[in-house]
Amino acid sequence: MTDEWITRLNQLARHMGQTAYIAGLKGEVLELSPERARLRVPYGPDLVGDPDTGVVHGGVITGMLDHTCGMAVSAALKNPMPIATLDLRIDYMKPAKPGEDLVAEAECVKVGHEIAFVRGLAHQGSRDQPIALCTGAFMLMPGGYPVPSPSS
Amino acid sequence: MELLARALGEGHAADPGALIAAIPYCRYLGVRGELIDGAIVLVLPFAERLIGNPMIPALHGGVIGSLLETAAIAQVIYEIRVPKLPKPVDITVDYLRSGKAVESRARARIARLGRRVVNVHAEMWQDDETKPIANLRGHFLIESTKI
Repeated sequence: MTDEWITRLNQLARHMGQTAYIAGLKGEVLELSPERARLRVPYGPDLVGDPDTGVVHGGVITGMLDHTCGMAVSAALKNPMPIATLDLRIDYMKPAKPGEDLVAEAECVKVGHEIAFVRGLAHQGSRDQPIALCTGAFMLMPGGYPVPSPSS
Repeated sequence: MELLARALGEGHAADPGALIAAIPYCRYLGVRGELIDGAIVLVLPFAERLIGNPMIPALHGGVIGSLLETAAIAQVIYEIRVPKLPKPVDITVDYLRSGKAVESRARARIARLGRRVVNVHAEMWQDDETKPIANLRGHFLIESTKI
């Protein structure tokens, strides 16, 4: 990795931690390298999807995984460019334990010309006991974000 | 279960508004539930805290996934009247267009109802229902005591 790349990764990590949705969940970027991205979100009352049990809403897990997968793709790009999630598939292994922090991890498996593929998981302290697994594909946009047209 | 009892209106008219309002994460996002033509429609007004990309600005993919998954769960509760919240097994979210900084809506339909697993399709749109911004396919486990 060049110094320039390392500087960019540090900037990217800071920027990705400040995204309004993630900052609102009190998310914190733990790690960002071309090999791996990690994000932690502390358990909190706003995350609850089942008020009877206190179990976190699946959407929180989806949000963390989308964000972490996006970070992993951006970090793996030699030339920085905008990206967009094409799809995410999430398998819920078991409910998240109430009261415990959530960690999402992702690695970019392949960067193509147009598409990058990524794999991720979410856990609560032990990677061997994931609460969710995920695979995703992201669009790479070397020309920048497309300008929306009325027919889009 | 208090949450579902409220949502099902104790055997009378279902109240999707009460169900959604009882879910803390939905309250946090600002989701509302309405009943339109026998289907639950979720409404999500735009808010700063939903932004995933400040440059466009666009809704976070996680917000989109959250609304779609909630629409699926709400429709299953409303239609099948399960005694417990359906548990997501797996979901696939396809992102079709970027979510603009405007109000969003989502609705779901049951594609296949099994004894233990339901397959649900959900769709999310903004100003034009014929131009969805994302869709979801998912499997949910249910406890089917009333089927």
